[in-house]
Amino acid sequence: MKVKVLSRSVEDATRQRSNDIHKIQRNLDPTLHPFEKAREYTRALNATKVERMFAKPFVGALSGHVDGVYCMAKHPKKLDWLVSGGGDGDLRLWSLSEQKSIWSTVGHKAMVTGVSSFLEGNRFLSCSNDRTVKIWDPTDNSTSLPTATYTGKNAFSGISHHRSDNMFATSGSAIDIWDHDRAEPVQTLNWGVDTINTVKFNQTETSIIASTGSDRTIILYDLRTSQPITKLILAMRTNAIAWNPMEAFNFMAANEDHNIYAFDMRKMDKAQNVLKDHVSAVMSVDYSPTGEEIVTGGYDRTIRLYNARQGHSRDIYHTNRMQRVFSVIYTMDNKYVLSGSDDGNVRLWKARASEKMGVRDYRERAHLEYAEKLKEKFAHVPEIRRINRHRNVPKAIKTATQRKSIMINSRKVKEENVRKHTKKESLPDRIPERKKAIVGVKK
Amino acid sequence: MANDKKKEKKDPVLAIVPKYTRGDGTALDNVNKIQNKKLKGGIKRREKQFQEAAYKAANSELLLTEQGGFLEPEGIEKTYQLTQRALGKEVDVATSHKMFNLDLKFGPYSIDYTRNGRHLLIGGKKGHVAAFDWQAGNLACELQLRETVRDVTWLHNETMFAVAQKKYVYIYDKTGTEIHCLRNHIEVTKMDFLPYHFLLTTIGNTGYLKYQDTSTGQLVAEHRTKQGKCDVMSQNPATAIMHLGHGNGTVTLWSPNMTTPLVKMQCHRGPVTALAIDHAGTYMATAGLDGQLKLWDLRSYKPVQEYYTPTPAASLSISQRGLLGVGFGPHVSIWKDPFRTKQTSPYMNHLQPGSAVQDVRFVPFEDVLGFGHRNGFGSIIVPGAGEPNFDALEANPFQTKKQRQEMEVHSLLEKIQPEMITLDVGMVGKMDKAPIQLINKEKKEAWAAANPVEAKELKFRARGKNSSSRRHLRKQAKNVIDQKKVDLIERIEKDKKERAKRRMGNEDEPATALDRFSGKKRKME
Repeated sequence: MKVKVLSRSVEDATRQRSNDIHKIQRNLDPTLHPFEKAREYTRALNATKVERMFAKPFVGALSGHVDGVYCMAKHPKKLDWLVSGGGDGDLRLWSLSEQKSIWSTVGHKAMVTGVSSFLEGNRFLSCSNDRTVKIWDPTDNSTSLPTATYTGKNAFSGISHHRSDNMFATSGSAIDIWDHDRAEPVQTLNWGVDTINTVKFNQTETSIIASTGSDRTIILYDLRTSQPITKLILAMRTNAIAWNPMEAFNFMAANEDHNIYAFDMRKMDKAQNVLKDHVSAVMSVDYSPTGEEIVTGGYDRTIRLYNARQGHSRDIYHTNRMQRVFSVIYTMDNKYVLSGSDDGNVRLWKARASEKMGVRDYRERAHLEYAEKLKEKFAHVPEIRRINRHRNVPKAIKTATQRKSIMINSRKVKEENVRKHTKKESLPDRIPERKKAIVGVKK
Repeated sequence: MANDKKKEKKDPVLAIVPKYTRGDGTALDNVNKIQNKKLKGGIKRREKQFQEAAYKAANSELLLTEQGGFLEPEGIEKTYQLTQRALGKEVDVATSHKMFNLDLKFGPYSIDYTRNGRHLLIGGKKGHVAAFDWQAGNLACELQLRETVRDVTWLHNETMFAVAQKKYVYIYDKTGTEIHCLRNHIEVTKMDFLPYHFLLTTIGNTGYLKYQDTSTGQLVAEHRTKQGKCDVMSQNPATAIMHLGHGNGTVTLWSPNMTTPLVKMQCHRGPVTALAIDHAGTYMATAGLDGQLKLWDLRSYKPVQEYYTPTPAASLSISQRGLLGVGFGPHVSIWKDPFRTKQTSPYMNHLQPGSAVQDVRFVPFEDVLGFGHRNGFGSIIVPGAGEPNFDALEANPFQTKKQRQEMEVHSLLEKIQPEMITLDVGMVGKMDKAPIQLINKEKKEAWAAANPVEAKELKFRARGKNSSSRRHLRKQAKNVIDQKKVDLIERIEKDKKERAKRRMGNEDEPATALDRFSGKKRKME
């Protein structure tokens, strides 16, 4: 008779010296791991709760501006730098790691309406309602005067620098294209608009410019032909524009009608996505460097973070003291967002509210990645979804959201009722949500 | 293409991939009909990841170094003729130490092993309880309770155990200190512990199945079985459903969430005496006083094989690799692969002379079977019983103290809520494929059941033109005549007449000045 009996030696199964790590034998046979799904669900539920418990997004407030902060710019290469312009003409350069101002000057006699930094050197541009554009070099300690000053005929409302050339665009009564070395604009673009609110260079397809006008238009120009490409008229005014850094043809338009519209510049007759949730006008928008997420600041005193491909925000940030948010920025390391608001503070927030900052060892990282995957797997389960979506928001926002949803619902009901009592022949086509805000496109 | 086929044939891992595959494999069936490209791509990508994961898991079987035990007869030898004494000469010294018999005077003994198979708990009917690390031979504690002990069970690890005593259930720690007395578990005959849910389940002479959460101390559920005294209980290790064997031959399946049994199976023509469920939760073995030993498929609830025992079996146990141990009279017989094929002879036999077997248990991750009997406790070797490769993160026979403590914390964090005990273990997170109307209707019904509206009773207020009875009449459908309505009409008519009579007074009396206030109409004379 051949006999074999299980006989494990303790020496083989355990560590030899106390300095060794413990031997962990694994067997992935599913029958040895019962209740797999139920245990995973429990882990996902715990991970969701822990995430909400640790959601403390506010990092710090950078105070120094006396008036509100109406424009900010990040440096394309320096993580630590932030430039901000105030309502009293004050310009400040911030060190984000030290959370303090490292350079400041009263650069303009009126409100600073736009700042822009650019690749070459440490210089940056600012434009103002006092009809000047100035180039500043904060590293030059010998003088507090600008490196260059350009004077226009009217007040400027926005500025954007070309990715690589010594060229920048300003908006005002028209779009002016400037060369660093010329005192007058080299080119002026206008397509029947009184006032241009903002102008933005595409940083990938570098000769494309997007601008928004006060007559509810978004106009795209190509500098190679000096011709406008498209003019889009929306139902309400667009306040800000952000180009997708990864997909050069996509951009986001922050609109006065509480929504953000994602457009593909090749197909402007329809928005690619409509991002809702703000309860007042959206004042500014910025893409994350990955192009996957956006941050928006609203007139409702909140900041919202969206997945660029989804329709509703994944998070909302607010504090008691934060007033209307006029500018937001996603930092280049994809980890923080910055907001500048009416109350004169620049605020630094984590992009993911419960993320632990700093170095994480392998096990911790593996654990967090696993938890993230589990949350994703069970995200649709009602209990987890409820916990994940729950936010304490200011009463004003809550009531406004409720009122807004009531209004939208009643409109929907009314439309349905009208449709119900209309003859089939005269029944108009349904307008998709993504086309509702679009009044017309001109090419 | 031909090359691919050859490769597939050569790759031996592909044959074991199905064991590690989750789902029914239909996820990609209609994927090409999906219009949304992102969704379609996402589903395909995810499915590919699942397949890769299954392949990698199957591939990791390479790392499982230990082989299972076996007995291979040569020539005319029969495995069931092999005695433990003969077997003891064939095996190594460490293994032969696992073969022993304890003569104890306080029997019959009921026994339990921890989930890693390392620790043994025995409880003699006459009050003797002992807990020890049976492989190292270290006694943790020994108690003389001077009270009837009906059953013993370990809780989540070897630091705590429960004992069903004469009246109540008590919980002791590993030093033998009584830490709890569970007064709402009265006259318990059988106990079991659901380790992933931290639920201690008991059944007793009163016929109440009780679930006690040992992490919070709450009594989660108590179900009246309505079948009287019960002393046969076993858990389904794959679903945490409790199986009870009753005096009328039925086996009932219970979850803490339903006050009635989930399934009722008529299994025997007499009382059920023993019950066991296999590791994967697919097969159940039952034994009855009618001498039958039946094996059931728990997916279809139908018998797959029927055997018999010379005397009714007192206890059953199924090992991790599917061996069935049967204790009857002084015998323990072990059957190999009894479910799929009808076996004509047992795999092994063992006789405990002059005693009666009370409780049979296979040791997890060992080729050992322990049994408590009238005169003590016995341990025999059964080659091929235990799973050769353990998972150290699930049940580790070589666990250190620190690892035990870590595991305790983790298992508490991952405690599954009792509401999640269902017949279908994959229920959570599953999509309800019913039409939305049906789901909404069910939701509505559930809400209505939770918030009952009390039927308003008909109020008869004071008389008046707009009385409630009149309103009631008005609101009823005009063309439906029921008794209530007829009664109401009659009553209203009667009231009206009476009122008129009261008002008109006696016709014969002369008119007075105050008549003008009575509202009656008199004929002009």
